[in-house]
Amino acid sequence: MDVRKFVVGLFDDEKVLFPAVKKVRKSGFKIHDVYTPFPVHGLDQAMGLRETSLHTAGFIYGITGTTIALSFMSWVFTSSWPLNIGGKPHLPLPAFIPVTFEFTVLCAAVGMVLTFCYLCQLAPFVKKHHFHPRATDDKFVMVIECTSALTEADATALLNQVGAHEVHTQVAEAGWWLGTYDKQQRLYDESDIVVAAH
Amino acid sequence: MSVLKYESAVRAPLVDGHKTYHQVTEDIIRPIEAAPSRLWKIGFGISVALLLFGVYSVYREVTYGIGQWNLNKTIGWGWDITNFVWWVGIGHAGTLISAILLLFRQGWRTGVNRAAEAMTIFAVMCAGQFPIFHMGRVWMAFFVLPYPNSRGPLWVNFSSPLLWDVFAISTYFTVSLLFWYAGLLPDLATVRDRAIVKWRKRLYGVLSFGWTGSTKHWQRHESLSLVLAGLSTPLVLSVHTIVSFDFATSVIPGWHTTIFPPYFVAGAIFSGFAMVQTLMIIVRKVLNLQDYITLEHIEVMNKVIVLTGSIVGVAYLTELFMAWYSQNPYEGYAFFYSRANLLSPYGWSYWGMMACNVISPQIFWFKKLRRNITVTFFMSVIVNVGMWFERFVIIVTSLYRDYVPSSWSAYYSPTIWEIGFYLGTFGLFFTCFFLFAKWFPVIAVAEIKHILKKSGESWKQEQGVLEDKKVDEFEEVMHH
Repeated sequence: MDVRKFVVGLFDDEKVLFPAVKKVRKSGFKIHDVYTPFPVHGLDQAMGLRETSLHTAGFIYGITGTTIALSFMSWVFTSSWPLNIGGKPHLPLPAFIPVTFEFTVLCAAVGMVLTFCYLCQLAPFVKKHHFHPRATDDKFVMVIECTSALTEADATALLNQVGAHEVHTQVAEAGWWLGTYDKQQRLYDESDIVVAAH
Repeated sequence: MSVLKYESAVRAPLVDGHKTYHQVTEDIIRPIEAAPSRLWKIGFGISVALLLFGVYSVYREVTYGIGQWNLNKTIGWGWDITNFVWWVGIGHAGTLISAILLLFRQGWRTGVNRAAEAMTIFAVMCAGQFPIFHMGRVWMAFFVLPYPNSRGPLWVNFSSPLLWDVFAISTYFTVSLLFWYAGLLPDLATVRDRAIVKWRKRLYGVLSFGWTGSTKHWQRHESLSLVLAGLSTPLVLSVHTIVSFDFATSVIPGWHTTIFPPYFVAGAIFSGFAMVQTLMIIVRKVLNLQDYITLEHIEVMNKVIVLTGSIVGVAYLTELFMAWYSQNPYEGYAFFYSRANLLSPYGWSYWGMMACNVISPQIFWFKKLRRNITVTFFMSVIVNVGMWFERFVIIVTSLYRDYVPSSWSAYYSPTIWEIGFYLGTFGLFFTCFFLFAKWFPVIAVAEIKHILKKSGESWKQEQGVLEDKKVDEFEEVMHH
């Protein structure tokens, strides 16, 4: 069993968390992840995570829905079974608007939710490593991985120094469930000071 | 004393009391962990009894056919479609609150959105029963779907408003369900992580899909909520628009009007908010959530009710005006004889509708009455009675006298099985709602925590102290 070692720091207040994130990254270390009970705006930028492209995926699903609905209805009414409805045109585009719209929304919504679950690896019966039970209650949990460059003692000292009120070490089985968000995190450099101002 | 005001002095806090994040969790999650109260058991029992009566009524209808109902020539639609439109209308408030108010950045939505969305889903479930069982041979219901079949294939008619309904209602149900459940994931994880009992930890572990609260997941969650809100906003408006097309595209006097879509949407919001009020007033009391669903919330919803009620009133008057102005004898007959004439067979329903929907909500122009819980509760029930009358008036008074007097129908009144079906949907609705209120967080916990430091009472008071400082001191504190 391959294991990874993490140092976990608990923060009480997002006002302490923001400067702490900034300091840890400034010291040249990557944060494994920060677990919060609610969406803390700006934390993703402060951590150097890139913007999500989920909305682009939603757009693509949406136009796919539009195309499918429009072309299917046109095919049905003009080629598969051209039905004479009171002598009206075989391609009544205005009458296609409601179904096209509904199908667009349906495809976009279902597609986005499935993509969201896939990207975040969320599904019933999925077991993940939870670093602290109060991360979904009232604590902000910053997790740093111990590497050859950062020993457990150093990481603990670092977290204590930046204001964590409780620090402990955890060992977790390595695997996809831990996420790889530290990989897309850019190291802190002086040019993006602005992002962590608040 | 500084004149600089960072916080609005006019807006009351959205969360009363000096709460910490943990206190918010405690307040909202605790009822889930406690044993169900006696009141809950009684309410649940009544709901299940109603549901069973509904199931029996539907059983009779399926076994013996539509003849179990008093529908006849020319009243082919009666209580069933009235109830369908009524329930769909009620199902409009939830997504309106969660989607449109999210886009308009209305902070107060966080107190009521979760329960309103749940209510929406249950109401749409109830609504769906009526057209499905109205088909008569309900085992053929799948014929409404465009699937490849051995009859040609013969497809459904994509230019029929009844088919648009199939797409609109099923899409609305699916999207509302996804939106609701996506929002529930983090809160279910909160329940899971607090659980001491093993089965609860497992159950909510499965339900919460393994949510951890990772920053990246929150970032995607926010993006998902925003896009779903953007998609749901036109969706909400489209659903009742399409329901109104069922009437407006026909050539029946009283239905054949272009005013129907906006008039139906306003009516839907009106009745939906009324149902939210009915439920929230009970829920806040029973679950002791007065700090989260405050008088402020009740007041703003009453404002929406008086606004939409008045829009509906204007629509009623416009219809009457157009019936006169068009000088169309059939329109005139439908409006001035079948509806507005109190002495005609169904005149009572028209004036009942007017009294409940247009006249009575006007009391909400008075702040004192808007903030009175008893008055609000009674008004919310009256509004929904009125909105039921509206659909009954539209359907029955336009149908019961055809163009040919020989096909005029006898006075239509429902059979016990028609009423039973309606009561059964009440049973379904409240059974679902009772289960939801017991097993799910009725208020979006994470969202309340998110606004706690922007609109909570403690925050407002702290800001008040800050704002009294000199401008440069204030600036110093705000930026560090």
